[in-house]
Amino acid sequence: MIEEIGRTTEGDLIINVGPQHPATHGVLHLVITLNGETIKKVEPHLGYIHRSIEKMCESLSYRQFIYVTSRMDYLSSHINNHACALCVEKGLQIEVPQRAQYIRVIMDELTRIASHELWWGAMAMDLGAFTPFFHAFRERENITDIMEKTCGARLTMNYIVPGGVMAELHPDFQKDVQRFIQLYKSKFEEYNELVTGNIIFQNRMKSVGVLSKEDAISYGCSGPVARASGVFCDIRKLYPYDIYNKVEFEEITETEGDSFARYLVRLKEMQQSIHIIEQLLGDIPEGDFQAKTKAVLKLPKGEFYQRVETARGELGVYIVSEGGTTPYRIKFRSPGFSNLSALEHMVKGLKIGDLIAAMGSLDLVIPDIDR
Amino acid sequence: MFLKDYIKDVYGAIRSVLKGMRVTGYYFTHHKEIITEQYPDNRETLKLAERFRGEVVLLHDEKNEHACTGCSACEIACPNGTIKIINKFDISPDGKKKKAIDTFVYHLELCTMCNLCIEACPTDAIKMAQTFEHSVFDRSKLTKKLNNEGSKLREGIE
Repeated sequence: MIEEIGRTTEGDLIINVGPQHPATHGVLHLVITLNGETIKKVEPHLGYIHRSIEKMCESLSYRQFIYVTSRMDYLSSHINNHACALCVEKGLQIEVPQRAQYIRVIMDELTRIASHELWWGAMAMDLGAFTPFFHAFRERENITDIMEKTCGARLTMNYIVPGGVMAELHPDFQKDVQRFIQLYKSKFEEYNELVTGNIIFQNRMKSVGVLSKEDAISYGCSGPVARASGVFCDIRKLYPYDIYNKVEFEEITETEGDSFARYLVRLKEMQQSIHIIEQLLGDIPEGDFQAKTKAVLKLPKGEFYQRVETARGELGVYIVSEGGTTPYRIKFRSPGFSNLSALEHMVKGLKIGDLIAAMGSLDLVIPDIDR
Repeated sequence: MFLKDYIKDVYGAIRSVLKGMRVTGYYFTHHKEIITEQYPDNRETLKLAERFRGEVVLLHDEKNEHACTGCSACEIACPNGTIKIINKFDISPDGKKKKAIDTFVYHLELCTMCNLCIEACPTDAIKMAQTFEHSVFDRSKLTKKLNNEGSKLREGIE
């Protein structure tokens, strides 16, 4: 809003960052009040990419609405679909075949790696290093290729249907994932050499945007943002869904709560995801990939809630059903919205360059915030 | 003391930058590991995954016959109103009315490639093609008629 540019009565400068700004990863609009170069106030203005997905879902059937949710948090679209399918399955009390559960979890973890990979590249780019972006995309490309082979699309897969997955795994799937794991492990050291160990990078990240444990809880942060402040909030551990209770993995937490801690949490989470895939890949059970469901799904009258851990944090799907073929109301609890709300608290009193570092470490996906 | 820390900082910064530059230098001298694809120069050799969802096509065989009975299952399954099936009634030689498709309208501009129509089709008449260069200068060209001129339903499909 152009009329907001100017000075307040105290002489503070008001500037806009966004809605089209290379550092905001989308159409996020921040109105910042500055005293010199010190941030006094950050006000996010939302709604630039609001597509009323929740309202749209009310006119779609329980099979159809899943594809729309890929467009919320497009970097972990598979996990969004998973959440919706789980919620519908909860209502219909469908028993999902073991094979489908294995496939879903492997795909979830691949999506998580792809998402963190992109974040890692974008984070380094925010801080002025362009090369890491290409390194991140090189590995990410392997995952999108695997997705393309099995699911048919690279980003908005729509592979999950209520009762299982849409299609059988591609014959090359196991081989491809195995090759990806090998490649990833050989390249991971480069990440540390390029970015993590860099003193300039560390100085820009350490003790920037500190979020204490109490604040992380009171702002409703979830995912890596909360875990970097020492909050144990991994839904995969707390409320396991599908076969997450069978796999062994570590919940990564840090105690500093600064941008560097958030960076480390995501980097280590990628390795945990690799660890999960390695456990599951060898013994995907034989059987159906989809449970037999009725042609027209009708949820019984009532309310259903399911939460999952996306790459960004806790995604909740809340369906109110009146017993018809379409939901009466759908609400999504998106992780990005709560994480963004903590931004002002994190950056107050810092310099404007630190805002970009703190914002990058939040891993914001704007369509997820606006929906 | 301050000067000592300062020099130590500068030394550390230079060292870590050089460490990073070593990775960059490695790829600068190892061209074999370049994975960039030269699109559109590689159009002839470009091979997409067989399940890649590019656009919906109605399969015709060499006798110009298809398997679409006009049941509209795809139309109902579509979340965006991408498919519209207009039916007609053929009069068979023995005087019976038979349902057949007149036009299979496909709005590519509305399609999100979600694959739900292909899942819904009971006769496997439609499938996803691997084409992806869909851009045209006129929007009306994106509304397509999928059944060929003069095509009819294959024998034995109800």
